[in-house]
Amino acid sequence: MDALNVYAAKLAPQQESLAPGHRACQGCAELLAVRLVAKTLGRDYIIANATGCLEIVTSSFPHSAWQVPWIHVAFENAAAVASGVEAGIKSLKKKGRYPVDRKITIVAQAGDGGTVDIGLQALSGALERGHDFIYICYDNEAYMNTGIQRSSSTPYGAATTTSPAGKESIGQVTMKKNVAEIAVAHDIPYVATASPSYPFDLMEKVRKAADMEGPAYIHVLAPCPTGWRMAPNLAVSIGRLAVETKVFPLYEVVNGEYRMTVQYKHHRPVKDYLKPQGRFRHLQEKEIEFIQQYVDASYEKLLKKIAMSEG
Amino acid sequence: MAKKTGIEVSLGISEAVKLADVDAIAAYPITPQTHIVEHLSELVADGELNAEFIPVESEHSAMSVCAGTAAAGARTYTATSSQGLALMNEILFIIPALRLPIVMTLANRALSGPISIWNDHSDLMSVRDTGWIAIFAENGQEAFDLTLQSFKIAEDHRVLLPISVNIDGFTLSHVIEPHEFLSQEEVNEFLPPYQPLVQLNPDKPVSMGMVGIPEIFFEAKKAQDVALIESKAVIKEVFKDFGDRFGRYYNVIESYRTEDAETLLLTMGSISETAMEAIDVMRDEQGRRVGLLRLRLWRPFPVDELREMVKGVKTLAVIDRAVSFGGTGGPVAGEIRSALYSTADRPYVASFIAGLGGRDVTVKDFMDMAALAEKMEAEGEIHEYKMIGVRE
Repeated sequence: MDALNVYAAKLAPQQESLAPGHRACQGCAELLAVRLVAKTLGRDYIIANATGCLEIVTSSFPHSAWQVPWIHVAFENAAAVASGVEAGIKSLKKKGRYPVDRKITIVAQAGDGGTVDIGLQALSGALERGHDFIYICYDNEAYMNTGIQRSSSTPYGAATTTSPAGKESIGQVTMKKNVAEIAVAHDIPYVATASPSYPFDLMEKVRKAADMEGPAYIHVLAPCPTGWRMAPNLAVSIGRLAVETKVFPLYEVVNGEYRMTVQYKHHRPVKDYLKPQGRFRHLQEKEIEFIQQYVDASYEKLLKKIAMSEG
Repeated sequence: MAKKTGIEVSLGISEAVKLADVDAIAAYPITPQTHIVEHLSELVADGELNAEFIPVESEHSAMSVCAGTAAAGARTYTATSSQGLALMNEILFIIPALRLPIVMTLANRALSGPISIWNDHSDLMSVRDTGWIAIFAENGQEAFDLTLQSFKIAEDHRVLLPISVNIDGFTLSHVIEPHEFLSQEEVNEFLPPYQPLVQLNPDKPVSMGMVGIPEIFFEAKKAQDVALIESKAVIKEVFKDFGDRFGRYYNVIESYRTEDAETLLLTMGSISETAMEAIDVMRDEQGRRVGLLRLRLWRPFPVDELREMVKGVKTLAVIDRAVSFGGTGGPVAGEIRSALYSTADRPYVASFIAGLGGRDVTVKDFMDMAALAEKMEAEGEIHEYKMIGVRE
C-alpha cells in the first residue's frame, strides 16, 4: 500500500465517475470493481469499452452512467480503440491542439470473452506496440451478457449453457486460460491480478498502472451471481474465498518482478470456494480433488516465480 | 502551367496525405496498398510528416485504432485492399454511425477465392451498404486531388462521415503518372486543421457508441442516411472550391464526348481511360454517336445527375467490375436500373461484367460492348447481365 495510503473506506476518494442508476444485476461484482477503478482515476481518464455486460448496463441511450469520456466501438477491439485514443491524443498534444497540462489515463475495459477469446489479438497488438494505457479485464468467467456461455476463461468443471454438465460431461473440460501470464510474456511494465473483494489492493494496483509509462494489464476476478448461480449477497465473500483458496491469487508483476500482494499463511480447501456456487454443484469428490491438485500446482508455479524475483 | 512531376500514384497519394498534415495513420500491409503506407511511414520516420504511425496487427485493428484516433479529434488516414477491407467489415459499419471523418484509400483488388492480388471492384461492392462516402479516381492526378478534397469533405460539420477514395490496384496504384502537386501553403489555405465537433476530452465528457434501444435505433439510422444523402451538396461545393482555386474541376459523374450521343458507356475507375480511347475510335473512325459516363461518386449515389445525363439516350451500357452472384445485374447496373426505373424516357440498360481479377478490358472490348448493347436494345433483348472477355 505505498501509492495510495488508503487503508480504510473513508480515506478513499469521494468523487464518483460512474453514476448510480445503471442496469447491472443485483450483486454484480464487476460494477463494484469498475466503481473502484473510477474512484481511483477520478475524472482524468478516458475509457474504451468493449461490448459486453459493462457496456450495455451503463450506456443505454439516452442514459449514460459515465462522467468521463467513454467510447464503445465493438466487442473484440477495446485494446485497439484505446491505442488509437492514446496515439491520437499524443499526436494532438505534439501539435498543441489538445490540453497538455495534465496526464490523461487511457483505459481499455472488457470482459473475459472480449479479452481472452475474441479480443486476444487486439490486446496482444496493443501491448506489443507499447501504448501508454491500462487494459482491465473484468473476468466473470463466461459470456454472461449473452446468457452464460463458456469462454476460455471458464474454469474446469463449471457448468455453463454451452458447457453443461451431463451424463458424459462434467461441464467445462478445459483449464482456465491464464491471460495475466500472456500479458507478462509481452514484457510490459505492469501486470496484476485484482479483486473487488480486496478494494484497496485493487485501487493501489490501478494507481500504479496509471502512474507507469507504457502498457499495463490488470486481470480482475468479477464474481457474477447470475452466471455463477449463487445468491447476490455472496459476490464479495466468494471473491475473498477465491483468494483464500489459492484459486485466484493476488499478485503483481512490476517490470518482470513478481510479488504476492495479498498473503495468507493458511489456505482454505478449494471445496469452500466451489460449494456455494451452483455452477459447480454437480462436481463429485474425485473432481474436486482433481481441481485441488491443479490449484495447488498452479500456485506452486507462481510461488517459484516470486521466489526467483526475490532471489 | 504548373510543373508536372512523374511519380508513382501510390507515392502521389502519400504526398497528398502529407500535405494534409494528418495527425494519425493506422495501417496493416496488404498488396497492392503497400507502397502508400510504406512511403507514409518513411515520411514519419524522416520527420517530414508530424503524425503518429500505428503499425497494427490486423486490418480489424487498423480501423479500430482509426476509430480511436478520430474520436480523440485527430485527422486520421488509412489504406487497405480486398481481404483487408473484408476483415475491417464489422468496424466499417460503426465508423459512419459514430460520425468519424476517416479518409481511406482503397486500392481495389479482387476478393478471394481463388486468391488474387489483381484488380476489380469486388472489395468495394462488398461494403456498399456500410454508409461510407465512396469516390473513384481514374488517374494519378485525380487520386492526389481527391485525397486532399476528401479530408475537407469528411471533416465538414455538415458531413462528418468517412470516405473511401478508390483507385484500381496495380493498374493505377503502381503506375507512374504525371502529377501537378500543390504547395503546402495552398493546401493549408484550402484545408485548415480538423476541428472536431465532439472529441474524447475529460474537460467535456461525452459517451460515444451507446446502446441503441428500439425506441431510438431507427431514428439514428435515418439520421445517418440523411447525412450521407446530404453530403452530396458539400461534395459538389468542395469540388467547386478546389476547381476555383487550382483550376481542376471535378463532378460527381464525369462525361466524355456525350454530345448528341445515342449510346453511352458507363464505367468506374481506371478502365475509363481505355474506354475513352474506344469512344475516340468509334466517334472519329466509325462516326458512331457514342459517349462515356464515368461514375465518380458511388456513394451517395448521384441519382439526379444520372437521370439528367442519360436524357435522350437510347442505350446505356454499364460495365461492372464485380459480380452480384445469382443477382439481377452487376452491382452498378442494378443501381442504375433502379434509379432510372421511374423515369419516363429511360434508356435501355445493358449490364456487362468485365475485367474480374485483373483480366484486361481492351479498346476492342469496349467497342464490342457498345455494339452488343445497341443490338440488344434494337432487339429488345431481356437479360440480367452478360460477362465479357471470359472463356466459356
